This record gives sequence, structure tokens and C-alpha cells, in this order.
Amino acid sequence: MTAAGPVAGTDAPILDRIAAAHRADRRSFLFKFALTWVALVGALVLVLGLTGNISTEFIASAGPFILGGATITIFVSITSILLAVVLAILGALGRLSANPVINGIASLYVSLVRGTPLIVQILFVYLALPQVGIVLDVVHGGILALGFNYGAYMTEIFRAGIQAVPSGQREAAQALGMKDGALMRRIVLPQAVRIVIPAIGNDFIAMIKDSALIYLLGVQELLWRASTIGRQRLASLEALLIAATIYWVLTIVFSFFQERLERRMARGDR
Amino acid sequence: MTAELGEIVVAATDIEKYFGANHVLRGVTLEVRKHETIVLIGRSGSGKTTMLRCLNFLEEPTVGTVSIGDITVQADPLRARTRAHKEQIRRLRLQAGMVFQEFNLFPHMTVLQNCIEAPTRVRGMAKAQAVELAESYLEKVRLIDKRDEYPARLSGGQKQRAAIARALTNEPKVMMFDEPTSALDPELVGEVLQVMEDLAHEGSTMVVVSHELSFCREAADRILFMEDGVIVEEGTPEAILEAPQDERTGQFLRRFTA
Repeated sequence: MTAAGPVAGTDAPILDRIAAAHRADRRSFLFKFALTWVALVGALVLVLGLTGNISTEFIASAGPFILGGATITIFVSITSILLAVVLAILGALGRLSANPVINGIASLYVSLVRGTPLIVQILFVYLALPQVGIVLDVVHGGILALGFNYGAYMTEIFRAGIQAVPSGQREAAQALGMKDGALMRRIVLPQAVRIVIPAIGNDFIAMIKDSALIYLLGVQELLWRASTIGRQRLASLEALLIAATIYWVLTIVFSFFQERLERRMARGDR
Repeated sequence: MTAELGEIVVAATDIEKYFGANHVLRGVTLEVRKHETIVLIGRSGSGKTTMLRCLNFLEEPTVGTVSIGDITVQADPLRARTRAHKEQIRRLRLQAGMVFQEFNLFPHMTVLQNCIEAPTRVRGMAKAQAVELAESYLEKVRLIDKRDEYPARLSGGQKQRAAIARALTNEPKVMMFDEPTSALDPELVGEVLQVMEDLAHEGSTMVVVSHELSFCREAADRILFMEDGVIVEEGTPEAILEAPQDERTGQFLRRFTA
């Protein structure tokens, strides 16, 4: 179909004008949206500056030290999520297994971990394990606790993802003579992973924030640095604000990547 | 229609199948000889698709025996999970290429990867050899130019032809088609039927579940009409389509030609 003819008062074909109007609407929306954020955040900063006797000297001097913790936060989050994915795949296969022992182990794992608070699990690694002679270095202990915890939640995600792969895929693989292991590894899991990637992205962003809990172990990540230096120099307000801002920026950055990844998966439509 | 029929490739004996209390197959026996194309017809619910799926144990029959090539498997629903029984079923399936109504191509693999997956991973064929084989079959189904596309980029007819090439690349003794054109837009049916007719004329051994009477006329050596889980009538296309003996066959055909 060709574009409709010119409309009175202009030479541009009507379809072009509609598209231009849509673009203008979109631009105007984004501009006002951004302005709202800038205004609100600006107001917040202003109020804090006026009433909270914020020490800019502290921010300038302690900021880099606290920011340095972000590296550890990111490292711990990424390592923990990788551990969690491995545990979740094993857990999901276990939960779907026809073998009662394997199914029982996987179900107990999920039930135990989901039935106890994350903070209890972290303290367990830190305080309880040494009592029976298992002493982990704090970073590894933190990664273990976080990965173990998230692995249990993600087990259910992966289980749903595996079940969401159409049964015709299994049948096609069986009809070609594939054994159960190859069928799972080559056909079902690759498709299940694509299905659960958005959910894993969500969990990763939650993990960035939950990783703050391992400051209890003395891991020198963001929150540990902020609370320690804040208490030392009687500037907890500034220190925690800095930490909160960094967490926030981290989640915004990773959400951005997650959205792009999701869109790419959707476009591939495979 | 092939002149010379060879030895028996598929033999199913006294197949019965219950879904719960529902008696879907009530003792079906059939044989397919080498180079022969048989078509199962019948109204929906007559058991024809279940029968086809019983041949490669995608449904485990409740009672009965299936032989394909030199592999014989006796239905044993109570022991269906033992390793030996499963392995026997797997070897049976390797003899039978299956084409599904819904194509069931692997969406995360290209057309070529779909085709070589089983030959390389299941049958241990060298990759170069599998690729060569797959390309020859893709050539046959006229899809060679799409070898590196993902299934999502193909039309329904192209997907089904790719699925046929995938089954062929595993070099089965018999090709089985489960309503291969039912999920297709009408204008895409012809290209799939053409490929199937070519295969039949070249002497492939085929078991087809289909409503396409044109395919029956063009390519079938024998038609089996099923109703209520039994084979009511069988014979050459001329005999069944032009002069059905059983009243139920006639009724069924009148609905199609009306």
C-alpha cells in the first residue's frame, strides 16, 4: 500500500506525519520522565544537604574507599549466581527425577533452604561450621551461602523452565533414538535456559542487594566498608547514603543489560 | 506405487491400547513390506494416530508386539522403565523416522544442525559424513538454500520438509508420518505432499496417517481404514476409494468427497 496523499496544509504524506507525531510523543514522554527523576532526586539531595549536615569532606575522602567495595560486591554476586545456576540445574533435574532417592535429596535441599532465613544460613557458615572444624575464608563462605540459597529458589525456576519445553521436543528427540541424557543435555536444557534467562536476571539483581548480608562475615564489600568507616568517623549517614547510591546504580546498570538480553532472546524467537 | 515389494519391514501384531479405561486400539495387526507405502485413514478418534505412535513406542501399547527391521519389542507396560526395555525401544526407534504434525524441529539449532544431531550423536557418524548426507536429503526436499537458517525463519511447509530431511538423515528403514499436513496453511500442503510422493515413488517404505485423499491416490500402495480401534477395511487405493465394501468406509469417504 502506498502512503495516503497529502493532507490539507502540508506536503508530507499522512503516514509519515503520523509516525512523526508518534516519535514526538515518545520524545516528550521520555523528556518529562527524566525531568521528574532529576527533580525528585535533586530535591532529595537538597533536603539532605540542608537538614542533615552532610559532610562533603567525608564523602570526598571516604567515597573511593567505599566504592572499592563494589568490586567485591560484583565479584561475589557473579560467582554466587554461577554457583546457584549449577545447583539449580542439578536441583531441577533431581526434582524431576523418577528416582525417589535423588528426588528426595533435591526436594529436601529446596525445602530446607527455602524454609530458613538467608541470614541464618550465612551465620551458619560463619559461626556454626567452624565449631565442627570447617573454617572457610570469608569470601568463599559468603559465596557458598548465597549460592546455596539462591540455588534453591532457582531450582524451582529451572524446573518450571524444563517443564515449559513442549513435549513434542522430547518426542522428536526420542523418535531419533536419543538417550535420556543426551535428550536433556542437547535438546531440553538449552531451550529451558532460554526460557528462564529473564528470571535469572531478576535473581541476579536481587543477589547484588542480598550480597550486602555477607558484611556480617567481615567480607570487605560495599556495606562492610560503609558501615565500618561510617562508625569510625561518626558519619554513618553519609556512608550509608554512598553505599545505597552505589547499590542503586549497580542495579540500574545490570537491569539495563538484562532488558537488552531479554529483548535479544525474544527477537531470536528460538 | 511401487511394483516390487520386498521383505516385511514393519510388523505389528495384536496391538491393544488403553488410555485409562478407554479402549483406543482393540487388536490391530498390520505389515508393511519394503518399498511399500501404506496410508491409515479414519475419522478423528478412530485410533490411527495412536496406532502410528505405538509402532515406535511413543505410546507403549498395552498389549502386542512390534517389529521393525531386525528389532522386535513386546509391549510390557509394567516393565516400561527397565533399562533393557528402554534400550530395546530406542533401537527400534532408530529404524523408524518420524514426522510429526507439529514439525517439532529443534528451535535452537539450524536446519543442518537439526539433521546431523542424531546421526553424529546417536549413531556416531563422522560429522563430515553426516553433513554430506544431510545436504543430499536437504537437496531432495528442496531446502538446501535454507541449511543455515533457524526453524523460526521458515514457513510451515519449509519446516515440515526440514523435519522430513531430519528423519531421512538418520537413515531409517521406514518413514512414519503423523498427519504431516494438518498444521499447514492450505497453500503450503502441496509442497510437502510432493516431497512425500517423490519418496514413495523412489521406493521408500512409508506409513502415513493422513486425510489427504490425493496423496492416497497418487502414492499409496495400500489404504487401511480404521474405526473404533480396529482396521475395518484395507486394500488398494482404487478398491477403497472407489468401491468401499464396508458401510463405515463409504460414509467416511462421502464426507470428504461431498
